[in-house]
Amino acid sequence: MTLVIRGAKPYGEGDPVDLLISDGVITDIAAIGSLEGDEVIEADGLVALPGFVDLHTHLREPGREDTETIETGSRAAALGGYTAVFAMANTDPVADNAVIVEHVWRRGQEVGLVDVYPVGAVTVGLKGEKLAELGTMAKAGVRIFSDDGLCVADPLIMRRALEYTKALGAVIAQHAEEPRLTVGAQAHEGETAARLGLTGWPAVAEESIVARDCLLALHAGARLHVCHVSTEGTAEVLRWAKGRGTQVSAEVTPHHLLLDDDRLNTYDPVNKVNPPLRTANDAKSLRAALADGTVDCVATDHAPHAHQDKDCEWSAARPGMLGLQTALPIVVATMVEPGLLDWRGVARVMSERPAEIAGLPDQGRPIAMGEPANLTLVDPAGRWTVHGADLASIAANTPYEGMELPGTVVATLLRGEVTARDGKAVR
Amino acid sequence: MKHLLSTDGLDPATALAILDTADGLKKTLLGREVRKLPTLRGRTVITMFYENSTRTRVSFEIAGKWMSADVVNVSSGGSSVGKGESLRDTGLTLAAAGADCVIVRHPASGAAHRLAGWLAEAGTSVINAGDGTHEHPTQALLDAATLRDRLGGIDGRRVAIVGDVLHSRVARSNVHLLTALGAEVVLVAPPTLLPAGVENWPVQVSHELDAELPTLDAVMMLRVQAERMHGGFFPSAKEYSITYGLSEARARLLPEHAVVLHPGPMLRGMEIAPAVADSARAAITEQVANGVHVRMAVLYHLLAGEEDGS
Amino acid sequence: MASRDRDAADPAGQRELLSAGDVARTIARMAHQVIEKTALGASGASPVVLLGVPTRGGPLAERLAAKIAEFVDVRVPVGTLDVTLYRDDLRRKPTRPLGATALPPGGIDDALVILVDDVLFSGRTIRAALDALRDAGRPRAVQLAVLVDRGHRELPIRADYVGKNVPTARSEEVAVLLAEIDGHDAVLLRRPEESE
Repeated sequence: MTLVIRGAKPYGEGDPVDLLISDGVITDIAAIGSLEGDEVIEADGLVALPGFVDLHTHLREPGREDTETIETGSRAAALGGYTAVFAMANTDPVADNAVIVEHVWRRGQEVGLVDVYPVGAVTVGLKGEKLAELGTMAKAGVRIFSDDGLCVADPLIMRRALEYTKALGAVIAQHAEEPRLTVGAQAHEGETAARLGLTGWPAVAEESIVARDCLLALHAGARLHVCHVSTEGTAEVLRWAKGRGTQVSAEVTPHHLLLDDDRLNTYDPVNKVNPPLRTANDAKSLRAALADGTVDCVATDHAPHAHQDKDCEWSAARPGMLGLQTALPIVVATMVEPGLLDWRGVARVMSERPAEIAGLPDQGRPIAMGEPANLTLVDPAGRWTVHGADLASIAANTPYEGMELPGTVVATLLRGEVTARDGKAVR
Repeated sequence: MKHLLSTDGLDPATALAILDTADGLKKTLLGREVRKLPTLRGRTVITMFYENSTRTRVSFEIAGKWMSADVVNVSSGGSSVGKGESLRDTGLTLAAAGADCVIVRHPASGAAHRLAGWLAEAGTSVINAGDGTHEHPTQALLDAATLRDRLGGIDGRRVAIVGDVLHSRVARSNVHLLTALGAEVVLVAPPTLLPAGVENWPVQVSHELDAELPTLDAVMMLRVQAERMHGGFFPSAKEYSITYGLSEARARLLPEHAVVLHPGPMLRGMEIAPAVADSARAAITEQVANGVHVRMAVLYHLLAGEEDGS
Repeated sequence: MASRDRDAADPAGQRELLSAGDVARTIARMAHQVIEKTALGASGASPVVLLGVPTRGGPLAERLAAKIAEFVDVRVPVGTLDVTLYRDDLRRKPTRPLGATALPPGGIDDALVILVDDVLFSGRTIRAALDALRDAGRPRAVQLAVLVDRGHRELPIRADYVGKNVPTARSEEVAVLLAEIDGHDAVLLRRPEESE
C-alpha cells in the first residue's frame, strides 16, 4: 500500500513536489506528477509540515470524560494537525503511577489518531510534598513530568526532582506560579483586574519561580521546561538563563500570543485561564520571544471544561480553554502573517523543538526520504470561522467563538496513515 | 435604563437624573404619615442576597415597598441559594416566577453582570447590590446624594476615600461616580491596600491623611475588614488606627464645612473615633436615610418608564 | 379682526387659540369665578388653597392667586402637586423626571383645594392628582380649574372653572405657553403633520 501526496510544498518553499509514502515512511520525493501510488492526495500547492507535537494538553481521561476523552481529544488533535500530544497528569486519579500512564498510552494507541504520550506527575497526587515514582513511570515510557495546574513550589522538592530526572532522560515541566503570591488570584494583576475587582495574579509570581528554577536547573545540571510562559518578564529571565548555559526550554500558548486582559470586561469566564491573559504588551513580547527562539515552542494547554463550569460567575469558573484545533490558525495569525515566522519557523515551534524537548525520535523529523511520514498539510489561504459546538472536543469552551481565523489543516498523516482530512477525523 | 450594574460608564446626566428623582421622592415623602406611593404597583422586585447585609437588603426592601412593588427576599439561608443551585439557575427561576427586577448581592465580582446576561431574554432588570470587590453602585449614589445635600453640589469638591481601597467595592463605585460628577478624589491608604495601576485612575493618591484633611470638603472612611488585619496588609490594628483612623484630633484638621461619611457598618475606635462618628459633621445617618430614596429612585428609573430594551 | 388673525393657520400647521391678552383676560375671569363660587373674602368662608399641577399648573395657580389678591385682597396659599408618581401611563413613555411638590406651610387639611392645570383632556392627570392629594392630606373639598378644556374625557371628571372650551380632534395637540416657562403667553392648537 503506497500513498502519493501530489504537489505539496514542503515548508512552503520551492516548487510543488510529489511525496511517495510506503509503510509509514517517506520513500521518494520528486517533481510534481512524477510519482504514482495506490492512493493519491491532491495537495495542489498546500504547505507540507512535519506533524505537530503538543507538549501540553489536557485530555481529562480518566475522571472528566464528560468534557473530553482520549478518543475525542485525539480527534481534535488530528484535526489540528498534531501527530503527537502529551496528556497532562492532573486527571482523576492523578497520573502519578505506572498504571495510569500505561492506560493513557494504550488508550491513545487504540484510538490510533495521534500518539498520546502520558505526562507523569512530579509529586504524589500533585500535592507538592513527596516525589512520585518517577523512575517506574519513566520505564513505562514517560518523558515529561509535570504537576501542571499546580506549581512544584517547594524549592527542595523541585531541586530533587530536577536532579533525579537527570538519570531518567526525562524533563520536568514546571507550571510556574508562586502559590503564596496567587492566593485567590482570578486575573492578571493590572488595571483591568483592579477595575473589575478581580484578585490579581501578578506577573512576578511566574517570573520569580522561573528565575528560581533556572538557577536550580543550572546548579543541578538538569534540564528544565517552562510551561505556558505568559509574561514579558519571564521571557527576559529565560533569555538571561539561556545566555549563561542553563538547559531550559519553554513553551507559549496560542492564547497568550493573541489575547489580552482587555477581554475580561464582560466577565465571561471563557476568557479565564491559568496563567491568566496578560497585557497586550506581554503578548507582543511573547511573539518576539517565540520568533527569536527565547521561547522554544507553542503548546496548546488545551483545557476542556464543562458548560456549567464556564457558564457561571467568574470566580466560580474553572480556568482553561480549548486549543488543539485552533493552535495553527492562531500561530498563522500572530506569527506568520505579521512576518515573524516563515513556514520553516512554524515547523520549528510546532513540531521540531517540542519533539526534541520530549525526546521523541520519530516526530519533528525533516521532510526527507527515509523519514517517518508524520505530516500535516496546511492551506495557508484557507479561512474558517470558529464555532465551539463544531469542534471535536466534547467541551466547547473556545475563546475564539465566531472569529474568522487564517490557515486550515487539510490533512494529517500519522506514520503514513491519514488521520484527518478536510475537517474530518478518519474515525 | 435596563440595569444598574456599575457606576463605571454611568453617564453623568443619568446619574444626576437619579439623584434628582431621589431628591424629589425625599421631598414628596417629607413629613407624610403615609409613606407609600402607588408608582410600582403590580411590579415584583426580588432581593437575592448571597452575603449577609441587613442594612442594604432592608434599604432596598423599604424602597420597593414605599413604591408599592411586591418585594420578595431570597437569602442564602433557607432557600435553594444555600443548596448549591447555581446563580444562573436561581436567577432564571426567579425571572420565570415573574420578577421584574432582581437585586443581587454576591461575593463574586461580576456576578450582577453575568446575571443581567442570563436574564436578558426574560427582560428582567438587575440591580447590583454589591458584587465581590467590584462595585456597589447604589452606595455611591446615596453617598453622592448626601454630599449634594451637605455641600450644595459635587462638581469641584475635594473628597478623600480613606482605607482599604483595594478590596472596597464602595471605593470603586465612588471613584467612578464622583469623578464623573466633577469631584476631585484623593485615595488615602497604605500602598498594600491600593489596587494595581491606581496611578492611571483619575484620582490622586496619598499616604498622608493629615496632609489631606485641611484640603477636603468630605472624607469617606472605609470599613476595615477583620480578615485584612490578619492578611498582612498592615502590621496591626493599632498601627492602622494611628495612621489612617479618623480620630477627634484629626477631625479638627478638617475645614469647618467638611463632611464625614462612612458606608457602615462602622468599627468605632478602629477607622473612626466614636465622637467623630456622632459629631454634627458626620452624615452617617443621613446616608442611611438617603439610601432608601436613592434606591426608590433607581427602581423608578429601571421599572417605571417604557421598555427601551437598552 | 383679532379673531381672523387667530384663526389663520401658520405654515407649521398651528393655530393660535388664545393670544397673550386673551390669556390674561381669561385668568382674570377665572379669578372672579373662584371668588364668587368659594365666597372668598366673605366672613366664615373656608380656607382655599390653590395647587398647581406641574409644569404649567404652577405658574397658572400663582397668577390666579395674584388676581384674587388684586380683586378681594385675600392671599390664597399656593403650592404645587406633582402627579408623576401616580400616573397610570408611566410604562408607555420614557422615564419621566419628577416635578416639584410643595404644599403651602399651612398644609391642605380641611381646606378647599383647587387643583389648577393648563389643559383638561382625558382626565387621567386629574385622576392621578386626586390620588396624590389623598396621600398628601385630607382637604374638605376639591375643585378643578383649567385654562383650556379640550374634551375627549376618558374618566368621569369635570372642571369647576374653565378658561376656554375648545373643540378639538383627538389627534390635535393643545399647547399652553406661559411667560414664566416659555417666554410669552399663548394657547396654540397644533395639527398633526399628515392632516391637510
